[in-house]
Amino acid sequence: MITQALFRALDKKAIWIVAILLVVAIAVPMSNLMLPEGHPLRLPNYAVPLFGKYLTFAMLALALDLVWGYCGILSLGHGAFFAIGGYAMGMYLMRQIGTRGVYANPILPDFMVFLNWKELPWYWYGMDNFWIAMLMVVLVPGLLAFVFGFLAFRSRVTGVYLSIITQAMTYALLLAFFRNDMGFGGNNGLTDFKDILGQSISAPTTRAALFAASAIALAIAVLACSMIVNSKLGKVMVAVRDAESRTRFLGYRVEYVKLFAFVVSAIIAGIAGALYVPQVGIINPSEFDPANSIEVVIWTAVGGRGTIIGPIIGGILVNVGKSYFTGAFPEYWLFALGALFVVTTLFLPKGIVGLIGQYRAATTRREQHDRDAPTPMQVEAGADPQPKPAE
Amino acid sequence: MNAISLLRTIALFLALTLGLASPAQAQVADAELTPLVDALAPGNFKDREAAIGVLVATGDPRVVPVLEVLLEGELYFDEASGKVVFTSEAGGEGTISDPATGAELPDLTEDGLDKVKVNNGLRRVLRTAIGQMTLLSEDPGVRLFAAQSILRDADPAQLELLDSAIAAETDASIRRVMEQARAAIILKTPDASVEDWQAAIPVVQAIGGRDALNTLTTALNTAPEAVKPLIQTAIDGLARDRAVWDVAQNVWFGISLGSVLLLAAIGLAITFGVMGVINMAHGEMVMLGAYTTFVVQEVIRQNFPGLFDWSLAIALPLAFLVTGLIGIAIERGVIRFLYGRPLETLLATWGLSLIIQQAVQRIFTANIREVGNPTWMSGSFELGGLAITWNRFYIVIFALMVFVALLLVLKYTAIGLHMRAVTQNRRMASAMGIRTPLVDAMTFGLGSGIAGLAGVALSQIGNVSPNLGQGYIIDSFMVVVFGGVGNLWGTLVGALTLGIANKFIEPYAGAVLGKIIILVLIILFIQRRPRGLFALKGRSIEA
Repeated sequence: MITQALFRALDKKAIWIVAILLVVAIAVPMSNLMLPEGHPLRLPNYAVPLFGKYLTFAMLALALDLVWGYCGILSLGHGAFFAIGGYAMGMYLMRQIGTRGVYANPILPDFMVFLNWKELPWYWYGMDNFWIAMLMVVLVPGLLAFVFGFLAFRSRVTGVYLSIITQAMTYALLLAFFRNDMGFGGNNGLTDFKDILGQSISAPTTRAALFAASAIALAIAVLACSMIVNSKLGKVMVAVRDAESRTRFLGYRVEYVKLFAFVVSAIIAGIAGALYVPQVGIINPSEFDPANSIEVVIWTAVGGRGTIIGPIIGGILVNVGKSYFTGAFPEYWLFALGALFVVTTLFLPKGIVGLIGQYRAATTRREQHDRDAPTPMQVEAGADPQPKPAE
Repeated sequence: MNAISLLRTIALFLALTLGLASPAQAQVADAELTPLVDALAPGNFKDREAAIGVLVATGDPRVVPVLEVLLEGELYFDEASGKVVFTSEAGGEGTISDPATGAELPDLTEDGLDKVKVNNGLRRVLRTAIGQMTLLSEDPGVRLFAAQSILRDADPAQLELLDSAIAAETDASIRRVMEQARAAIILKTPDASVEDWQAAIPVVQAIGGRDALNTLTTALNTAPEAVKPLIQTAIDGLARDRAVWDVAQNVWFGISLGSVLLLAAIGLAITFGVMGVINMAHGEMVMLGAYTTFVVQEVIRQNFPGLFDWSLAIALPLAFLVTGLIGIAIERGVIRFLYGRPLETLLATWGLSLIIQQAVQRIFTANIREVGNPTWMSGSFELGGLAITWNRFYIVIFALMVFVALLLVLKYTAIGLHMRAVTQNRRMASAMGIRTPLVDAMTFGLGSGIAGLAGVALSQIGNVSPNLGQGYIIDSFMVVVFGGVGNLWGTLVGALTLGIANKFIEPYAGAVLGKIIILVLIILFIQRRPRGLFALKGRSIEA
């Protein structure tokens, strides 16, 4: 059955995305490592983790797309799952520092020694083992999403209310992680990582491997999402998005469908966070900032929600733009981002991917539109006999 | 200290034996006072102490400023002549004058001046001496002030002086403070008689407050055995009072925070209620209102300084207009194209909020701007054991006024009726001939305008910066979500509940953890009541 699902997933456009990602996963590290310095096709060292970061952002956008684009749940707290995955990875990397820290304590990370702690808090136990840490990367965001989603969907918190409480969730976590006594390094977060799986984290080979891992993880996420949305369950998800009550009346347990999408999405976000941290070398509470989570929404929206390729394009494109803008004209980046929000919602409801289809359909629609009667709103706005208020 | 009490006895003796009604009325000739003042300059600290004693003994009111200046370390003397002088500016600069006559001394120069030095021992002597002179002053205000400062310090050395002052005091309210001061001093002198103690304890208890509690607690160790139970009862009584006042203080802080939340959330609540739209740029409207106040104050400061106390009255309508018009522009320009897509509206308004923030940052820079309090809003007053600052007090009043005004608008005006109709059932309202786009624009304008008013109020309790609104936006959402939409009372109850709950959790859990607890509680609350406390009933609300 799984193979069947896999085939169904692969016969879509997904196969192209996966193929491209796999090529990138091999080509980028090769160009960085094999080609000599100064070769026109050689990727400079700084670019590898940068591109890797974009891939993890694309993965986060894809995760959001699964709940928002396919299931109609606008989560304004997906940054939280990303950050939790990142913290789990950060904890592992912290434990790997060992005696190379400033205080040279073999067990306690520097900030705990600094805070005069004598023992490792219980939730840091076992995090020096890579596989336990990776389990946590999947488990903790998944569990949080499960508990949160179970409570929220069961009592039918929907629409804007759900968006607001997801925002409250990430805001509460932001405040919590800022506290020193949480045991996650307070507002400095976790940083100064030395190595991962015994390899130096700043070595070009490690960075190339991390890039390849990000590309492969994204490819797997694409496959997984493609499998889900092409399954029967995926169809129900879309039905929930388009007409929740109707789907419920048809006999589907809407809350479980949503819960499934939410948990899977949180896990993908957590994995993306775990890949993000070793490539940027730091994780701190600002990742929980509600503003970050809203930014993820715009990546997805720009690319085109409700498609698999859209969020990947959006996540990469917006972040490349951000890197360029914040370097070239830092003071205009927020203007550009703000305008992006407005323009996308007003003119690109289906994002860049939808633009092509939109353009193709535009001619036929225009003909149709001329024949249609104007909407009541247009009648009112157009034939308003009174002066407009407050002008 | 013995020397001082001796001197004081001499001073009192002199004052009383001279048969003057009050020593403060004593007035000696300039010629006599000048050498006494000049005697402060020569010799060591001990000589200076003696000279102070002699000066106090004159009882001349002109001595007080001399001692005060000396206490500040700003008294100078001419090195050549040994004459003690005042200078008009600190650091021995400015014009030089005679302390006794006040006449200018043009033939002395700054260069020839040297400071009359004081040390800590001398400062203590000076404080006592000043207290002594002021306690017996003719001016009731000076006496009251002196009595209060003695009450604060409760220096046992001043007991005798205080006794004589109480005997001479004619004003009942000042005498009461003096008696309280005396009682506080008694509690510091273990060798006072048991009767004195018994008399003093209720007096101190009657002062109330934290200071009285501290005095009594300290006294408990040194008191004679016989009165210890009495003190313990007094302490218990005070502690009980204190606990009650602490609760009251928390409630007040909670109401104050709640009123701020109410102001910030109420506009959000009506736009959300009527249009189902979450306006993420609402916080920026608050911020723009605060900046309007700032600009108004700047203009007033530069052009009409006399109008400063009216700056808020001018800023309020302006802020309402500015933010209201921007709100209408946003509604007409962006939001009306997004009807029926509340989530997209949320994103678009978030984008607008980024643009507005950045624009304000470009215009006014990212620096924190300070908006001044008009005189009638600064300072504080005491209500029982509560210290209430005027600005907080007026904001609570203002929030309630805005709330009532909005309630009246919704209930008794045509646009209010239309808004309620659209809130309940948009399509039906439209079918009845209500022009829903106009209602939407007006609602959005009104909600934004109220946010502007909130900004004026918030500028009075904090600094103004481009991200002012961000600090309030999530809390405002929580209020709206908690209170439910379609009913302003929900917003009121939500704001006050959250405000008070926050302030009650804060002392136990700390500010940050308190906030986290509140957020988690709201998330859990939403599970129970997905539409808030006061949900609209009816089919229209079902998705």
